[in-house]
Amino acid sequence: MKKQIRRFLTLCSMTALTLTLAACGSGQNTNSKASAETLAQTENTVAENDTSSDNQTQAEDTALSGQIAMAGSTSMEKLANALAEDFMEKNGDVTVTAEFTGSSAGIESLLAGSVDIGNASRNLKDSETAGGAVENIVAIDGIAVVVNPGNSLTALTKDQLISIYKGEVTNWSELGGSDEPIVVVGREAGSGTRGAFEEILEIEDACAYALELDSTGTVVAKTASTAGAIGYVSLDMVDDTVTAVELDGTEATAENIKAGSYFLSRPFVMATAGEISDQSALIQSFFEYIYSDAGTELVESVGLIAVDY
Amino acid sequence: MKGNKVSIIGSRGTKRRSEMIAGKIFVICAFFAVLSVASITIYMIINGTPALMKVGIIDILFNSDWSPASSNPSYGILYVIFTSILGTTFAILIGVPIGVLTAVFLAEVSSKRLAAVVKPAVELLAGIPSVIYGLLGLMILNPLMYQLELAIFKNSKTHQFTGGANLISAVLVLAVMILPTVINISESSLRAVPEHLKSASLGVGASKIQTIFKVQIPAAKSGIITAVVLGVGRAIGEAMAISLVAGSSVNFPLPFNSVRFLTTAIVSEMGYAADTHREVLFTIGLVLFLFIMMINIILTKVLRKRDESDG
Repeated sequence: MKKQIRRFLTLCSMTALTLTLAACGSGQNTNSKASAETLAQTENTVAENDTSSDNQTQAEDTALSGQIAMAGSTSMEKLANALAEDFMEKNGDVTVTAEFTGSSAGIESLLAGSVDIGNASRNLKDSETAGGAVENIVAIDGIAVVVNPGNSLTALTKDQLISIYKGEVTNWSELGGSDEPIVVVGREAGSGTRGAFEEILEIEDACAYALELDSTGTVVAKTASTAGAIGYVSLDMVDDTVTAVELDGTEATAENIKAGSYFLSRPFVMATAGEISDQSALIQSFFEYIYSDAGTELVESVGLIAVDY
Repeated sequence: MKGNKVSIIGSRGTKRRSEMIAGKIFVICAFFAVLSVASITIYMIINGTPALMKVGIIDILFNSDWSPASSNPSYGILYVIFTSILGTTFAILIGVPIGVLTAVFLAEVSSKRLAAVVKPAVELLAGIPSVIYGLLGLMILNPLMYQLELAIFKNSKTHQFTGGANLISAVLVLAVMILPTVINISESSLRAVPEHLKSASLGVGASKIQTIFKVQIPAAKSGIITAVVLGVGRAIGEAMAISLVAGSSVNFPLPFNSVRFLTTAIVSEMGYAADTHREVLFTIGLVLFLFIMMINIILTKVLRKRDESDG
């Protein structure tokens, strides 16, 4: 019994020792990150004298390391992941992580200080800007209205859409389609997509949803599998399992959004706590990458519309 | 040789000390359970009551309008409470009889070959994660429910079609989920009924079925009630599986309505809730917690009274 107790105590003290050493080790890592950032900063000031932006990014590429944490909109998942992967590929020592918790949660995490960038698929509210969040629009997204592929009706007017979502029209036959009940699918109360959709159509508190789902992906899946379903999703999430509806005669494409003829569009915002120029060198270079040609190309490759800077 | 054997002749003081240390370690481990329950209770009460003060108990518990994100927010969870109560009740009403009868089958009626097929199936059912039940409900149950809904409400002008995600789907999924718990515990308690009761009953001329229903099940009552309590606990606390099949809109819990349970209300909105909204979600958690406590206390009292009356 004595020997077993002694063995147990030795094991405990060894575990404690290992854990303390690991903690000390990570302490050293933060030191090296800070020194790398100051190095990047001095390179920044030197590089700012250059006129071409390409040289600037290249000068920083060599010294960047650290972590960028993003959190927020599920609609921005494709964009956030693509930007993260591309940025990490260009800067080997940088880790960019993204969580998808919803637009409102993302900005809340930003203001609480737990993430560096808050993603929101809508403009920031007054309360959020008052709390210190700065709105940086990185792309424009269209909201596509999708229906089940078996649906005979694939063109709607704005008024028809409003009456469907208000619950005034309940059968596709009332709009000229087949005799099928309309299953109204939407997002949960804090979703940026829902906020933007309801705001543009001005039906904020008047929506009658049959289903309130948690993410853009679930809405696509439900619409694809339920006959008579109609839902709204971010334009870049539309695939061939659902049919995107023409609104007021215009299709949901990037050109139409840029031209202004498709009215369901919203900004993708990557908010920071304070102006970009007040952030760390790593965050600044991340935003410079987004606004550069490489970033613009990436934004367009995921189906979004790049903003002119 | 002397080091690794405990001598029973010498070192009586060492033995007493090691017994005392072992005893203390056991008390500390057991204390963790008490500490956990106590801290959870205190945490829920501390976080759940601010909203009750801010919004008002009547406005939360007895109001049916849930619109937390609108310009004039309203936090009424009456329909949500009804849904949880009704959903759990129906799941129990469906799941417990099937479970108890299956337990009877396994313990008394089945041949060895049949039992060898059914028992592993039940045990496998117990091990399946709840998300899988949800996915199966989504893929198999919802389309079936939709066909049914279309047939029943063909000419209705007021029904809002939900594509099959409604209360019945959730109830069926819950009933299947509580089956393994109910079956396993009921079967153990049936097997634990003393053999002499069964022999006495058969000896006075009762048939096997009469023996089972009039003698063995009443004798195993405390075990079956425990099984029901555990089943209720699982049903009322399930969030993942039913969030996929129940539709998540706040409505009165009619069978073909899209409904939201206490658990799915917390799960679907906790990620992004702000100030008051978040506090109300904690209040929902408190309500859920109180329900489970009440059910446990009531059923324990019923058990104790029954035990005392049986003597």
